[in-house]
Amino acid sequence: MHRNNDDNQAGQMTTLILRTASTYLMPLLLLFSIFILIRGHYEPGGGFVGGLIASIALVVYGYANGLKRIKSFLQFHPGGLIPTGVTLAMLSGIAPMFLGKPFMTGLWLDQQLPIIGHVGTALFFDTGVYLVVVGTTLTIIFSIGEEIDS
Amino acid sequence: MLTAVLVGFVAALGFAFAGNHMRKSVSYWIPFLPASLFVYFALMVPPVLADGAILFQYNWAESMGVSMNFRLDILSLLFALLITGIGTLVFLYSTAYMRDHKQLDRFYGYLSLFMASMLGLVLAENLITLFVFWEMTSISSFFLIGFNYRDKKAGRAALTALCITGGGGLLLLVALLMMGQIAGTYSFTEILQSGDLLRDSLMYPVILLLLFAGVFTKSAQFPFHFWLPEAMRAPTPVSTYLHSATMVKAGIYLLARFHPVLEGPGLWQNTLLIVGGITMLFGAIHALLRTDMKAILAYTTISALGIMVFLTGLGTPAALAALGLFILVHALYKSSMFLLTGVLDKTTGTRNLTQLRGLGKYMPLVFAAGMLAALSNAGLLPALGYHSKHLFYEASLGHITHSTLLTGLALVTNILLLAAGLLIGLRPFTGQPSHQPGERVSSLLWLPTLLPGLLAVAAGLAPVFMEKTLTSPFTNELTTTAFEGHLHLWGGFDQLLMLSVMTLAAGLIVYWKFSTPKESRVDLVKREKLSPGGLMYKAALKLRNFFKTLIHILQNGYLRYYTSVIIGFLVLLMGLRIQYSLEFNYDLERILDVQAIEAVTMLVMVISVVVSVVSKSRLLAVASLGAVGLCICLIFLYFSAPDLAMTQFTIDTLTVVLFVLLLNGLPAYLLKADQGIHWRDLILAGGFGTLIFVFTLEVLNQPTDSGINAFYAENAYLLAKGKNVVNVILVDFRGVDTLIEIVVLAVAGLGVFSLIKLKVTDAPE
Repeated sequence: MHRNNDDNQAGQMTTLILRTASTYLMPLLLLFSIFILIRGHYEPGGGFVGGLIASIALVVYGYANGLKRIKSFLQFHPGGLIPTGVTLAMLSGIAPMFLGKPFMTGLWLDQQLPIIGHVGTALFFDTGVYLVVVGTTLTIIFSIGEEIDS
Repeated sequence: MLTAVLVGFVAALGFAFAGNHMRKSVSYWIPFLPASLFVYFALMVPPVLADGAILFQYNWAESMGVSMNFRLDILSLLFALLITGIGTLVFLYSTAYMRDHKQLDRFYGYLSLFMASMLGLVLAENLITLFVFWEMTSISSFFLIGFNYRDKKAGRAALTALCITGGGGLLLLVALLMMGQIAGTYSFTEILQSGDLLRDSLMYPVILLLLFAGVFTKSAQFPFHFWLPEAMRAPTPVSTYLHSATMVKAGIYLLARFHPVLEGPGLWQNTLLIVGGITMLFGAIHALLRTDMKAILAYTTISALGIMVFLTGLGTPAALAALGLFILVHALYKSSMFLLTGVLDKTTGTRNLTQLRGLGKYMPLVFAAGMLAALSNAGLLPALGYHSKHLFYEASLGHITHSTLLTGLALVTNILLLAAGLLIGLRPFTGQPSHQPGERVSSLLWLPTLLPGLLAVAAGLAPVFMEKTLTSPFTNELTTTAFEGHLHLWGGFDQLLMLSVMTLAAGLIVYWKFSTPKESRVDLVKREKLSPGGLMYKAALKLRNFFKTLIHILQNGYLRYYTSVIIGFLVLLMGLRIQYSLEFNYDLERILDVQAIEAVTMLVMVISVVVSVVSKSRLLAVASLGAVGLCICLIFLYFSAPDLAMTQFTIDTLTVVLFVLLLNGLPAYLLKADQGIHWRDLILAGGFGTLIFVFTLEVLNQPTDSGINAFYAENAYLLAKGKNVVNVILVDFRGVDTLIEIVVLAVAGLGVFSLIKLKVTDAPE
């Protein structure tokens, strides 16, 4: 592949179709990833797959529009999601200890919430996994992408 | 209790996130944290004295026998009070001492982290919990020694300390695990009952040696002492707190902890007496050969730690009473001396004894603190040190076979330490003034310096109180024989008094001899090449060079080389292993029962693989690999594993994306490999493929229903309220695994990031 002009960054494919499609696909995929995350406890899905789907959404968008666009869209470095996720997972494991139960005991709300369903520590744990996966994947892919640019 | 241990960690996290927003004004509030903890533990004194030991139970990983139980007895209470008490003084002192430092957030973060870990260490009732906290103190010590990280020497000192204490920690872990295995429990309260079991075990000497390795490295015993003087690169409040008053005593704590179950004549006593004896004398001699005040203090601390190990080795009730008292006495006078050194350093800009004189005129209160500390160190009335020194002599005189030798050793050590104490507490303040400090010493600096000295005198004047609250309960906790002697202000004309007088007289003479530092003394210090530290450093260098060479051979930077080594090794090792256990007992009918749709998928896979291998275009090769991945997805779907299929699909997509991204940066595709390389690759790939093939057949041969499937299927909803069994296993049944996996993932991400982003520009040596 040749680089024709300076705006063209690594992995940026200047196809109009991909660029247009990704603009609509990204929010849909992100929503879908959250859906997959939440339903994971009952149907196929979960934090890991959800995180991967979210990463795909953002990576495809970054592909079509350039890394700079996706960075300004995110407004923060995706690496920040990694510690956030680990902390969230850790806290959801520690939480039951304050009620005198062993580490990582599942705690659940008695009432179901609308749309989300049962909410328990497992959901927060899975959200932590989700965040770590998104953070790690994006950090790796963006770092490599930027390296190629420079 | 859990709150008391965790609050420090929470605070440390808070400070870490506060970042540079942390203002000086905030730091004035921080001493309230250790102060309130001190009050909490002080309130625990009466119940502990009444009940002996109080247990606080919290479950952690019950099924693995690891619990977050805390045990508060007189030993842990003594340490907890020291940690929070000296902690309060140090935090208070730091508000003034560190006032102008830019990274207060880190400083207080590390310091709180240390305080919390140290509290956890002395309160832990479970061996595993104890070990976790033990390592955390080493790590926070590493951060604090290297706090001035721009100073290369501080970095090296931090690394040395971490290597020594961390290495010892690993050996300690083995000792703890062995003890847990033999006793059948990791709970300390239960292990207390299995002293005979441990002592009669074949592994008893091994356990002792491993335990000693942990203790001697942490508590800076000869020949592992050398990290401690180096650790003095840390800011003075840190040296006061970690490397004198608390952390280095963790080893002593451990010895005292296990004294009831492990002590015995022979290995235990002799090792401790010999190592402690050498260390106390060695440290005391070296202290007098230094001119840097912090170096003197470091070596006197080593010597004092040697005394503690020595006393534990003596093991008689009198020795243990002396140990309990000396831990307290030493923490009080030594922190006073350290803080005083910090004040002098701050006001005059030097810690060199040859340059400091006559400062008593300008800072009378600091001088008073120095005198009180020196008094306590010298063991003179009315300071508390008087009682500990008396007990020390009483204990060494009480040894059955070698009382003369041991008492002589104790006498010489005490004489030298007395002189060293005067060098710190007296010398900088007398004579012709060398400096004229501009400003008055802030009360935040002199108050924490003076307070321990006053406390020591107050406690020294109340021998009956100290006996009731410290020496007799401490002895009762550690041994079954009660301590018969008593603390009193005047014990009559006896051997002990004679020894004390001798110590004082000889100490004054040594002080007088050494009070004018000569350059020759400093020269002596330079012969470090033959010291244990120098030798170990040399050995470490050799080891590093060896691994450097090894790594250059193994890690030559070509990914294909790594892959071939890993795969080749795997094929060789596993191939050798499984040829003994192959059964070749295959149910051909079941294996060959292939449906058309599966066969087609397989065919597509094979074609894709061939295409990706022979293709001349990278893009095509990547796309065909993607096709293989998708076929695997399909197979997962046939066998009803939707979760796996989804994950495989997304991973595959991302991999292809990553590949395509990288294609841009690669040079044009050229076929450079010759025939030989093709053959090599073919053999490797063929071997690996065969291995996996045989494995799969063997696995198919195993019974599939082990009962665990049924357990998960039945309990997923009952216990974890989930219907997706795979997900329930991930987030609940095996949640800890997942937790560790995401940590691994995070580390991998950080690794890639730092590999790519952080370029090492030729580091200046």
